[in-house]
Amino acid sequence: MMGFISYLVNGISLGSVYALIALGYTMVYGIAKMLNFAHGDVIMIGSYVVFSTVSTMGLPPAAGILISVAVCTVLGVVIERIAYRPLRQASKLVVLITAIGVSYFLQNVALLIYGANTKSFTSVVTIPPLSLAGGALIISGETIVTILACIVIMIVLTLFIRHSKPGRAMLAVSEDGGAAQLMGVNVDGTIALTFAIGSALAAVAGVLLCSSYPSLTPYTGAMPGIKAFVAAVFGGIGSIPGAFIGGILLGIIEILGKAYISSQLADAIVFAVLIVVLLVKPTGILGRQIQEKV
Amino acid sequence: MRQMKTKALSKQTRNNLVTYGIVIAAYIAVEILMRAGMVSSLLKGLLVPLCIYVILAVSLNLTVGILGELSLGHAGFMCVGAFAGAIFSKCTMNAIPVAGLRFFLALLIGAAFAALAGILVGIPVLRLKGDYLAIVTLAFGEIIKNVINIIFLGRDSRGFHISLKDAFDLGLEPEGEVIIKGPQGITGTPNDSTFLIGILLILVTLFIVLNLIHSRTGRAIMSIRDNRIAAESVGINVTKYKLLAFTVSASLAGVAGVLYAHNLSTLAAQPKNFGYNMSIMILVFVVLGGIGNIRGSIIAAVVLTLLPEMLRSLNDYRMLIYAVVLIAVMIFSWSPKCREFRERYGLKRLLGSKKGAKEEV
Repeated sequence: MMGFISYLVNGISLGSVYALIALGYTMVYGIAKMLNFAHGDVIMIGSYVVFSTVSTMGLPPAAGILISVAVCTVLGVVIERIAYRPLRQASKLVVLITAIGVSYFLQNVALLIYGANTKSFTSVVTIPPLSLAGGALIISGETIVTILACIVIMIVLTLFIRHSKPGRAMLAVSEDGGAAQLMGVNVDGTIALTFAIGSALAAVAGVLLCSSYPSLTPYTGAMPGIKAFVAAVFGGIGSIPGAFIGGILLGIIEILGKAYISSQLADAIVFAVLIVVLLVKPTGILGRQIQEKV
Repeated sequence: MRQMKTKALSKQTRNNLVTYGIVIAAYIAVEILMRAGMVSSLLKGLLVPLCIYVILAVSLNLTVGILGELSLGHAGFMCVGAFAGAIFSKCTMNAIPVAGLRFFLALLIGAAFAALAGILVGIPVLRLKGDYLAIVTLAFGEIIKNVINIIFLGRDSRGFHISLKDAFDLGLEPEGEVIIKGPQGITGTPNDSTFLIGILLILVTLFIVLNLIHSRTGRAIMSIRDNRIAAESVGINVTKYKLLAFTVSASLAGVAGVLYAHNLSTLAAQPKNFGYNMSIMILVFVVLGGIGNIRGSIIAAVVLTLLPEMLRSLNDYRMLIYAVVLIAVMIFSWSPKCREFRERYGLKRLLGSKKGAKEEV
């Protein structure tokens, strides 16, 4: 029983990371209607920045995380400005391929700077593990921080989008970009802001992910990126609460699948659940059904 | 009127013949260069993979360009074909000593199994639309790869044994043989793939795809792509034609898989060869070559496979350059500003000013 609870907590922790990454996917999708395949690699870049600043340069972890968030935010905006903005009117596939190009680019930049060897990431969390039920259930400091960080970020983000002016502009653009522009919303600025927020969250997710799973290569971001993308679709792409629910569920399914069914099949189980959900609800758990007009 | 019709038809046939001609000419050119000893061993090793990529790109173009659905799981079907073909070849290595016949049968079996996988995946998947369909095909591709990685298959005098745990679990007799060793895959597949077979398979693929496109079925498929609701309301069976295109595309990917399996002595399902990265790479060929343009797919597959090899002297920078080229090509061909620039200073305008003059009037 304690084993099960421990797996569940680990699942929620991994799910929190997925949820943070999925937020980046889902916000960009909701507003720019594009699949940003390079998002996973922004996570990787963020982790490398923390690795350089904390492990190599010896800065305190908080400073490293701040620098990482700043670098990723700028990176996200620059990518949007250079690679995606000129293609705003182009077909979806073209933007997808460009995003894949950006993904290759980031991976190879990291490969050139840091080499292909796995870097071991020292955890930035210094909280001691929490021991519950007389030592039968031990929750690591990383897990606690990850879950708390995810909850805080979700609350702040929801408040920001509901109650601030830029946040409401984001809602308006995702509802109808053309109409929002006519109402005086700066669409380009709003999209850039979305990329900035998404990339900042990716940096945080990267730090949390690498604190729990401390091996860092130029391809570290790819698989969590795909999984988070699945989480976003799972919850209904374009929906922020959906990304949260999808991420958490996905994390739990993956960890439980790994523990009780087969560690090699864990990914396959995650994908299979996605397929089943989409067959029952074709737009995800919280996705909106779009009526087709003739 | 009649004359016009034959003329229109002949233009189409001519176009197809040019496509076949390009492939045959490329084969002859490579053969001549090879006889003259001007082809490096590196390039020689690339010839069969080039054929594989061309087949994959042309077959994916059927799904993406003609059917208009984004599939990110093409490598999964290739994986099914590769393993089905390799198992067949390995089991019949002694029973059918003629390599050509055995390889031909392996191709048919690989194509059949991939087509079966295409139908099984297609029935649920094709109900979804757009990006949802893309992510589900990606999911299926990953599932296929993961499942193959845990299968152990052995054979002895009592028949086949399958286990999902390890080789000992098969309970083989001492003289039994393990065919699939889980993550290590299949070793010792006969090396039957040659450049000539690859070229012949490209021609067969082109023949199937081009004839499908220009048939009544092909027009029905394209009408679904252009407007599903309109197509449905004139009585086109949308599900049937979608599934048909998807299945043909999958089975051709299976053919490429068999070619791939028989080009290497070890076949294992890894993220590198059968993961979503491979599917994405093929998609890049299709989009860069021009969505729906078969000839473009062939050229893009060849150029984009050779480009990183040509840049090999640049070592670590080659994939970086590849990425930059990819982004630059996309922006250059699709950004409104660049399009305007090209229209103003493009080759067409400079060479033939007739069209420009007409537009001005």
